[in-house]
Amino acid sequence: MDIFLQQLVNGLVLGSIYALVALGYTMVYGILELINFAHGEVTMIGAMVALSVIGVLMGAAPDLPGVMVVLAGILVAIPACMALAFGIEKIAYRPLRKAPRLAPLITAIGVSIILQNLAMLIWGRQYVSFPPLLPTIRFEFLGAHISLLQIAIVVLAVTIMAGLWLLVEKSRLGRAMRATAQSKEVAQLMGVNVDRVISATFIIGAAIAAIAGVMVSAYYGLAHYYMGFMLGLKAFSAAVLGGIGNIAGAMLGGLLLGVIEALGAGYIGDITGGFLGSHYQDVFAFFVLILVLVFRPSGLLGERVANRA
Amino acid sequence: MLDSLRRRPRLAFALLAVLLAALPFIMGFGLGNSWVRVLDFVLLYVLLAIGLNIVVGYAGLLDLGYIAFYALGAYVYAWLASPHFGLHLPFWAVLPIGAAVAGLFGVLLGAPTLRLRGDYLAIVTLGFGEIIRIFMNNLNAPFNLTNGPQGMNLIDPVSVAGLSFGKSLHLFGMKLPPTYLYYYLFLAFTLLAILVAFRLQDSRIGRAWAAIREDEVAAAAMGINTRNMKLLAFAMGATFGGLAGGLFAAFQGFISPESFTLWESILVLCMIVLGGMGNIPGVILGAVLLTMIPEALRYIGDLQRATLGHIVVDPSDLRMLLFGVALVAMMLFRPAGLLPSRQRKREFAAEDGVAEQEQASLYDAKA
Repeated sequence: MDIFLQQLVNGLVLGSIYALVALGYTMVYGILELINFAHGEVTMIGAMVALSVIGVLMGAAPDLPGVMVVLAGILVAIPACMALAFGIEKIAYRPLRKAPRLAPLITAIGVSIILQNLAMLIWGRQYVSFPPLLPTIRFEFLGAHISLLQIAIVVLAVTIMAGLWLLVEKSRLGRAMRATAQSKEVAQLMGVNVDRVISATFIIGAAIAAIAGVMVSAYYGLAHYYMGFMLGLKAFSAAVLGGIGNIAGAMLGGLLLGVIEALGAGYIGDITGGFLGSHYQDVFAFFVLILVLVFRPSGLLGERVANRA
Repeated sequence: MLDSLRRRPRLAFALLAVLLAALPFIMGFGLGNSWVRVLDFVLLYVLLAIGLNIVVGYAGLLDLGYIAFYALGAYVYAWLASPHFGLHLPFWAVLPIGAAVAGLFGVLLGAPTLRLRGDYLAIVTLGFGEIIRIFMNNLNAPFNLTNGPQGMNLIDPVSVAGLSFGKSLHLFGMKLPPTYLYYYLFLAFTLLAILVAFRLQDSRIGRAWAAIREDEVAAAAMGINTRNMKLLAFAMGATFGGLAGGLFAAFQGFISPESFTLWESILVLCMIVLGGMGNIPGVILGAVLLTMIPEALRYIGDLQRATLGHIVVDPSDLRMLLFGVALVAMMLFRPAGLLPSRQRKREFAAEDGVAEQEQASLYDAKA
């Protein structure tokens, strides 16, 4: 039972990070029907930039409290990722908005490769470790361990999701985004600057991704130029699980996927009699993805959309 | 000169045949024997690119896990013709089995996903590619199926009628190393594949694929069984991949999961996109260029060492970066590829009016 609870806690923490990244996929897909392949890489760049800033700050001002240093890292990573996403959209996606579907998908893959390899040239092939700046307090709860960091991740993630929800549902920009998602043409006729709304969508997604990138590197204690790939895939799976294009769905899908993965990795050995072990953890996201696409392509919360177009 | 050749296709074919037959000798004497090995890989990649072109170029289905079928072909070959299980079946039995297994997996993966929209297919195939790799990497316990990350070695070379391709052949006082022998074997398979691909393109099936690629709803309305046709494209592409995988295993004598990463899938995709999707000469050009360029890039490393005394930027690090830039640049500036098919060229150069009409039909389908 305590293993169950422990894995549940781990899954929820990881899942809230997936949910944050999934938001970026789902928002862009909702508006452009484009799988922004490079989103995982934007997350990785966020983590890397933050770690660089943290490294510099630790050398320059060793007396600063650890939380402040990490916060400074996040605060630099956010605008960096926003600028990056703005540039990506403008250079690689906007000119292709009317091209055949395959074209922007291929550029997205290209951008993803470029970012990954640039990161490798800048930060090297080796793992960059996250310095032990954050307090390592742990609580015990019904036999499961919960660290302060885990609680902070979940609380921050929930806050961001609530903020995004408010933004989309209540603000002027949010209304413009929803209108654009329904029909670009009609939104334009109503006086919405569609180009600006699309840029804003990319930028908001990137800001959230930057935070998620720092979270994931703080949680695992390391960052790597390759980390965005798997993270992006899982987040995309989460977005599909929840119903792509649906913001609440991305949140739900992320949390669910995190839990499925953690429980799956914890129990797969027992279920298969030791045939498969926990190193198959990365496989679960794909199985979930394939199962969802087969049995409920619109996802858990998605409306029924025609899947041929 | 080209014009006079065009008017005499027979002569052109004869010249091409002589050139292809003499190519390993030209490369071998001119640039060194390591380039014959490069040639072998060029042919393997042409084979792969032609297979993927059926899926992506003809039917318009973006498959990002293509290398998984290559891996399956290679592993099946290794299981049936290596000391791993003590089986040593002849290659003419093993190759079709590998290709069939890959084709079967193509159907298994395609059946549930092909009724979905194209971009979902891209992600699912990508996931499938990773799943296969993860399994190959981990299936060394509890019983040793794939030998894990170490990979499988001592795979039997191809041998035909007592002639083993693993050893040099002495012919008329000349010594032909294995790389030369495999060149001719691969050339035969590649030419066969090219022929099949050409014939497919203009067949009823090929036209059905083109119709599905252009407008699936309209194709279905014309009585094309779109799901079966897409499945066929998928399975056929997978079969080509499995065949290339088997040849690869026999040629290398060693395989490991490292050879079957996502980047290989993307490399093959790059070849198609760069050369010209759907157009066979373009695809061949893409495969040749993208296999040769990294080899040529090695000289950049030597150049740096000669001029600067040390290596500033490792060319192998630059390789993927350049591919990424090429993908984006091609889509932006020459989306139909270096050697586009006539139809594609028209499609991409279509006036905005046409593009908007297509867009409109998209919205219709959604409503």
